[in-house]
This record gives sequence, structure tokens and C-alpha cells, in this order.
Amino acid sequence: MEIAVEINGVSHSADVEPRTLLVHFIRDVVGLTGTNIGCDTSSCGACTIHLNGEAVKSCTVLAVQADGQQLTTIEGLADGEQLHPMQQAFMECHALQCGYCTPGMVMASVSLLDENPNPTEAEVREGLEGNLCRCTGYHNIVKAVLSAAGGGK
Amino acid sequence: MIPVAFDYVRATSAAEALAALAEHGDEAKLMAGGHSLLPMMKLRLAAPAVVVDIGRITDLSYIRDGGDHVAIGALTRHRDIEISDLVRQHVPLLAAATGQVGDPQVRHRGTLGGALAHADTAADHPSVFLATGATVVVSGPNGQREITGPDLFSGFLESSLEPTEMITEIRVPKYTGAGWNFQKFNRRAQDWAIVGVSVQASSNGTQVALVNMHPTPVRATAVEEALASGADAATAAAQAAEGMEPSSDLNASVEYRQHLARVLTRRALQAAGIN
Repeated sequence: MEIAVEINGVSHSADVEPRTLLVHFIRDVVGLTGTNIGCDTSSCGACTIHLNGEAVKSCTVLAVQADGQQLTTIEGLADGEQLHPMQQAFMECHALQCGYCTPGMVMASVSLLDENPNPTEAEVREGLEGNLCRCTGYHNIVKAVLSAAGGGK
Repeated sequence: MIPVAFDYVRATSAAEALAALAEHGDEAKLMAGGHSLLPMMKLRLAAPAVVVDIGRITDLSYIRDGGDHVAIGALTRHRDIEISDLVRQHVPLLAAATGQVGDPQVRHRGTLGGALAHADTAADHPSVFLATGATVVVSGPNGQREITGPDLFSGFLESSLEPTEMITEIRVPKYTGAGWNFQKFNRRAQDWAIVGVSVQASSNGTQVALVNMHPTPVRATAVEEALASGADAATAAAQAAEGMEPSSDLNASVEYRQHLARVLTRRALQAAGIN
């Protein structure tokens, strides 16, 4: 099936099998490999991207479901060399260890603040329940999100 | 994990979806948000020959005041229900339980109609459906019909919908203000409930429904009857596992689930103000 998906402002067309998962389309067809595949069972959140501005797990969406929609992946957050405030906060708070969960964590965190710009710590922890960090580095991740919410203060 | 190959049909209206179901019969599966169906297809526990994508039928995504009930389009996403002022005001149990389904990413995709049609005893929404006395409006080749209460759930992961039918609307009676609560016990934040309980009290009595305690979503009728005959919450909750046939799995033995049902039911009743 022929689909056209806008990813980070660029339209990508391809002929895909209906069973192609969106994360495979993003990584293997489009070649944007910042989005990771972790559990592949919609548990870990490593594959989190934005579909029409909202965080979704791209291992649990078919590429054909994204036909005609707008996606943002981790590659689309920064403005050139200028990191997105959430990326900056993750860097400053050392909110990553091995880094594998980081793209999904950042995308989920941006979506979280879009919906709740001034969350409490509890709301951040609750809001990131769909993302697992196997380094268990949650403390600094939460710190980063709170820091980004407060404009880095 | 990749699903078995299938043909994909995108329906842009309920009529188109019903036509596709009529054409393909039980070879076809409706996909709303896909967050129950797609994981099963990836595990190859489900392998429909045809997937009918109904996720873009925007006509069926709405939350309206229906007078004595709140009318919710079948394709309304969990997120939209969770934050709806109308739902929060008139069916607080539904708003609260919806906010505990899966995680934010899941709630951005999953739909109420999909969750009910999936008829998973381990899912949160069927218990809310039972405790609130809600009704689904079902469309099929012979027009519309309504299904209320336990009749919607006919077996393990099985609803009483015909292969040619689809849920189009859910009607949830407005809460009249005598107490409600939702309890969910799981070991990891985003997991399905090991056991869960929905409680809603009204002038007609208290309705209690259990999550993951039986092959189907189920009302805890022994608890309801005990309350109706004047038992206190603790005494009534002790009946929570009566007549239930919970499964035993990696998370919990049968005995542990029975214990949880009793404890969570007591907590839910007390939190709902029933002592």
C-alpha cells in the first residue's frame, strides 16, 4: 500500500505492506534510527514518537495508520545545533546513563509538558510510567523534566 | 515481532466499516486504536485475514450530554475521556479508571469502544461498564440494538457482538452522587490489574464489578446482595471471591487473587463512603 507520512516536516512516501510497524517504517524505510526498539510489546516506551503532536509507541502503530499524518521523532526536536529545551535539560541533569531509553524518554517528556506544563514530581513520575529505564536512572530523568518545566531554573 | 500478513481496509464511516464486515465476515477484525488487537497480532495470537481500520471515523469520536446519561462515541480515545469535564462531572468513576489505563501513550491511541469490544477481563473499562450500568449501542446489518451489563461479555476475550456488528456509542448513566471508587492492584505501573474493583453506589443500591477475577468481566453479585441486605462493607467484601473462577498465572495464584478481591473490594467500598 502506498503511504505518505510527514516526518519532522519532510514528506516520505513508500509502498509498504500493511503489516509494517511504524517503527520499522521510520527506522528501516526512512532511515531515521534515533527511535529505538526496546521491548517491541508496547511496554518500554523506547520507540515513543509524536503522532500529530502526541506521544505514541511506534511499535504498536501500523505504518498504514500513520498515512497522511504528521510525526515527530527525536531527530526533529532540535533546531539545527540548538537543542530542544528538554534535550538541554536531559544533558544538564545527566538524565541518561546508557542512553537507550533516552529518545523515547525525551519524546514522552515533551508530550507530558505539552499536556501539563507545570507538573508536580509525582505527576512527572506518573506521566512517564510508559517508559522504562533499565539503568534505573529515573531520579535524574524526573529532575530534568521538572527543570525543563521550570524553564531550566 | 511482525503480524501475519493481512489485507487492510480503511473505513471512513460506520457504514463503510459495516459493509467491509458484511463482505468479509469473521475473517475480518475492526481496528480502532489497535492497542489490544495489534499486540495480539504481533504475538500471532490473532491473525485476521482483513483488518478494517476504523480509527479515522471522526464522527464516532465525541462526548455529549444525553440528558440522563453521557453519550460517548465508540472511537473516543481514553485520553479524551480522562480529561473530559463532562465525564469528570457526571461519571467520575469512568474518568478516574480511564486515567489508570495503560500509560499516556496507550491512552493517546486506545478507544472506549475498542476496549469494550475486546472484552478483556483484565482490562479496566469493562468493570466500569458493569458498575455504572452502562449500555453499548451496536450497529449491524439489521440496524441498531443495545446491550447492557454482563450480556456484552460472553466468554474469555469474547463479546456478544456478531462478526458483522460494531459498537457505535456507549451510554453511561449519570452518577447520582452516593459514592464511587476504583481500585487497581498491579506490580508495575503500566501493567494490567492483577485484580481490580469498580464500585458505584446510587439510590438503587451499590454495584460492584471485578477486574481479572473471572474468565469474563463480572459483577460481584454476592457482595451486592450482602450490601442490599444490610451487611457492612467488611462483611460484604468478604464475599468478593464467591462464584469467581480467577486464573492462576505468573503474577498471582488463584488464592492470592481471591485474597486481593476481598481486600480491594473492602477498600473500594470504604473509599466510596460505604461502611
